[in-house]
Amino acid sequence: MARNRYAPDRGLIARMGGTMFILGLLYVVLMGVLIYAGLGYGLVLAIAGVSAWAQWYFSDRVALFSMGARVVTPEQAPQVHAIVDRLCAMADMPKPAVAIADADMPNAFATGRSSKRAVVCVTTGLLRRLDAEELEGVLSHELSHVAHRDVLVMTVASFVGVLAGFLTRSWMWGGLTRRRSSDGNGALAFLLIMVVSILVYAISFVLVRMLSRYRELSADRAGALLTGRPAALGRALQKITGDMGRIPTNDLRAKEPMNAFFIAPALAGGQSLASLFATHPPLDKRLEQLARISAQLGQ
Amino acid sequence: MGFFDSLMGRRKPARPDLDAIFGLPSGAITLEASLGFRPTGAGAVAFRVPEGRAFAEVQAEIEALLAASGNPAVEVTSDQYGYTWLVITTDPPDVGALVTHLHAVNLSLQDTGFGPQLLAATVVFADPGGRTLAMVYLFKQGSFYPFAPIEAQTRDTVLELQVRDLLRDDVSVESDLSRWFPIWGAPGL
Repeated sequence: MARNRYAPDRGLIARMGGTMFILGLLYVVLMGVLIYAGLGYGLVLAIAGVSAWAQWYFSDRVALFSMGARVVTPEQAPQVHAIVDRLCAMADMPKPAVAIADADMPNAFATGRSSKRAVVCVTTGLLRRLDAEELEGVLSHELSHVAHRDVLVMTVASFVGVLAGFLTRSWMWGGLTRRRSSDGNGALAFLLIMVVSILVYAISFVLVRMLSRYRELSADRAGALLTGRPAALGRALQKITGDMGRIPTNDLRAKEPMNAFFIAPALAGGQSLASLFATHPPLDKRLEQLARISAQLGQ
Repeated sequence: MGFFDSLMGRRKPARPDLDAIFGLPSGAITLEASLGFRPTGAGAVAFRVPEGRAFAEVQAEIEALLAASGNPAVEVTSDQYGYTWLVITTDPPDVGALVTHLHAVNLSLQDTGFGPQLLAATVVFADPGGRTLAMVYLFKQGSFYPFAPIEAQTRDTVLELQVRDLLRDDVSVESDLSRWFPIWGAPGL
């Protein structure tokens, strides 16, 4: 019997499952309230659905465009392509397109609606700062995002938040136009929907962020197991986060909406409340997990 | 990968297919008959050695295993991408024996838990005109592709496609051309 060095992290899986369950529950509750309301919300729902779908379907083009990244051929970036080629051969996954963004901020992200349409993008700042082994660790982390379909998972997860946002906005609009109708009962139901949708939004926001942090840990883990070099990924993370803290925040703020798909967040949070809303787990937590994997591989 | 695994962000390490490599000896005969390429006797297994000391024992085990089965020349090198190449040379060149040795190495790597770290195996051929050609075996796909370097960073694509069409009946040739990654400077080339 072949030995298996890759024991799954059951605790992490359980926490992630719990998060997704509660997210799904919220979604169901929201649906129930919507049906009870029976107002013209079918349209709102359709718009929210289409926008979430478009966000996922065009994720590769939107992300590349907003980062000013271009897809490169093996001749233009032989080293990155060689690393991705080998990792894909080891992991048995189709090779994603490789893109390079001309930005000094050291970072990398993966996007695309499916593993066949995936793009892995690195910034020139990242290529300058990392050695080959560290770069491989980062690319392996990004390939894990592709394999885990994280763009799809996070889009679906964010959908509830998007939905709640739509409800809030349409209430404000509705509140202005319906002022003349003096049906007290209807107004009460309306207020209820409002309160629920705000609550849903707040909770789903925290949960989506939580889910994002678990997906990052999962990608770190799968990436480190693929290369067999957790320490290299750890070094890369230290370099990236250390460097990013030194760069003025004004430049970084423009890139903040992209954070969900970055390897490390562009804005340094750090405070206890901020960590609840962080898209990425704190560095020490990630390094701790990598050290655990390293010990596991050495056995 | 299953839907549930990707939902949970859990990727199972890909298992290698070790057996399809045995199609190569008949492919080697076709190669020599049609294009004049003969095996040089060199072949290699490329894999990733994880952090830690676990591999040192495995390497000793592999060397003992090969010593017991005909004692071919074995050399361990590493490339710039961090992969370890275990190079086996049979003298006189014998593809059948080489493939058997490679398979033994793969099997012991798999049994000691390094199966997911296997990248590729190569068997090197050369023609009288001095051209070299590697048949690269992708473990996770269980398929071969030809790699023919001309000089630094240039591939003889025409020859590679010719070899693909020629060997279609003998070995399983990788049909996805994007997986035919170049292995510049691989041992024996």
